Amino acid sequence: MIPAQFDYVRATSLSEACQELASDEDAKALAGGQSLLPLLRLRLAYPSKLVDIGRLPELSGVHDRGDHVFIGAMATHDEVMRSGVVNTECPLVALAAATVADPAVRHRGTFGGSLAHSDPAGDLPAVVLALDGVFVARSAEGEREIPAAEFFVDYLESALRPGEILVGVRIPKLGAGWGFHYEKFHRTAQAWTIVGVAAAVRRSNGAIQEARIGLANMGPTPVRARAVETALQGMELGDQLKQACQEADADTSPPSDLHAQPDYRRHLARVLTHRAVRGASGSP
Amino acid sequence: MPRITVTVDGVKYEEDVEPRLLLVHLLRERLGKTGTPVGCDTSNCGACTVMLDGKSAKSCTVLAVQADGCDVVTIEGLGSNGSMHPMQQAFHEEHALQCGYCTPGMVMAAIDLLRDTPDPSEDAIREGLEGNLCRCTGYCNIVRAVRRGAQEMGQAVRTQ
Repeated sequence: MIPAQFDYVRATSLSEACQELASDEDAKALAGGQSLLPLLRLRLAYPSKLVDIGRLPELSGVHDRGDHVFIGAMATHDEVMRSGVVNTECPLVALAAATVADPAVRHRGTFGGSLAHSDPAGDLPAVVLALDGVFVARSAEGEREIPAAEFFVDYLESALRPGEILVGVRIPKLGAGWGFHYEKFHRTAQAWTIVGVAAAVRRSNGAIQEARIGLANMGPTPVRARAVETALQGMELGDQLKQACQEADADTSPPSDLHAQPDYRRHLARVLTHRAVRGASGSP
Repeated sequence: MPRITVTVDGVKYEEDVEPRLLLVHLLRERLGKTGTPVGCDTSNCGACTVMLDGKSAKSCTVLAVQADGCDVVTIEGLGSNGSMHPMQQAFHEEHALQCGYCTPGMVMAAIDLLRDTPDPSEDAIREGLEGNLCRCTGYCNIVRAVRRGAQEMGQAVRTQ
């Protein structure tokens, strides 16, 4: 279908983009458009104006900043999955970015765009939540930091305020001893993740010292599997690991849709969490 | 109405476009590049895949205004001097199509894959074409054609 009419402005600076968005509450930021354009085409969204932020240099690139990696909001999935610093310092982000849709979509779709879209079925929200990333947002009032735990408010709703633009995300470097895995269950490349599990695990002396687990599509926002994280502390690999992962769906409210009912999603969360933790622990 | 400049298959165009005009509609309805079809309308099928500044993109999910200043190559821009591109030729030789609707997108996605992986394995081909759907062939001949096209293109590079 053809999208409904809208005005279009290509912002030449971040401050201009903030002003454009602040002056019109029905305006929407356009990044790579890989989530927004299908919504416009299906006439599920009717913005009055699109403010194109896709070419703003302030939002581009992946940067090594000492204790963290700063991923610019307009870095594409393709750029992120191939980035040397991402693969070295926060490989979980690269692993998940490589599973987003297909190559053509990854060439256009952006890291910041898919996070600001805040779809709980997205892969990257669960990853950034698991890694305790920090979102950096800019508005006419200045810059603001939002911890990942506060960024995802509800289904397709982030903590970004009107007139605020996501500049990028700080991903803390976790250092030595950590292993990572992203486990995703979906039907085809373009289909939404039915359930996804992002796991970061630190092991020493054969036992798990710390685990961080983010779940995709197990509720209106991505969630941490806190019960499993706690249960895994000090645990050695083996049968009890599977037992600990039985709590993966605790405190979740998985949706029901054409692909899966809540009880099936709960089952998937338990099985995939076990796989993800084993993968992140270097155990086949 | 925004004015854009876009190079398509080597020819530069200046066009006044409505912001909501999709790149695929610019190509087909304004520039006559009907070799690029519209498939699913929801960026699932990949039939409308073109090269946008050298990388594959689904032209139904790009606004024409977003392509301002960009270089676009469609299936119509691949051949030269009346002969097919080696990948097109390989699809022909290997019978990699039945209805042909997905073929322009398949060929573009295959060429995109070879940018990084000039000699892809069967698995790499299936992964590389995951964004392109064919409802006729069952993919076997497509995979075979991409292997053959890659070999032909490798030959072409080596003999240059």
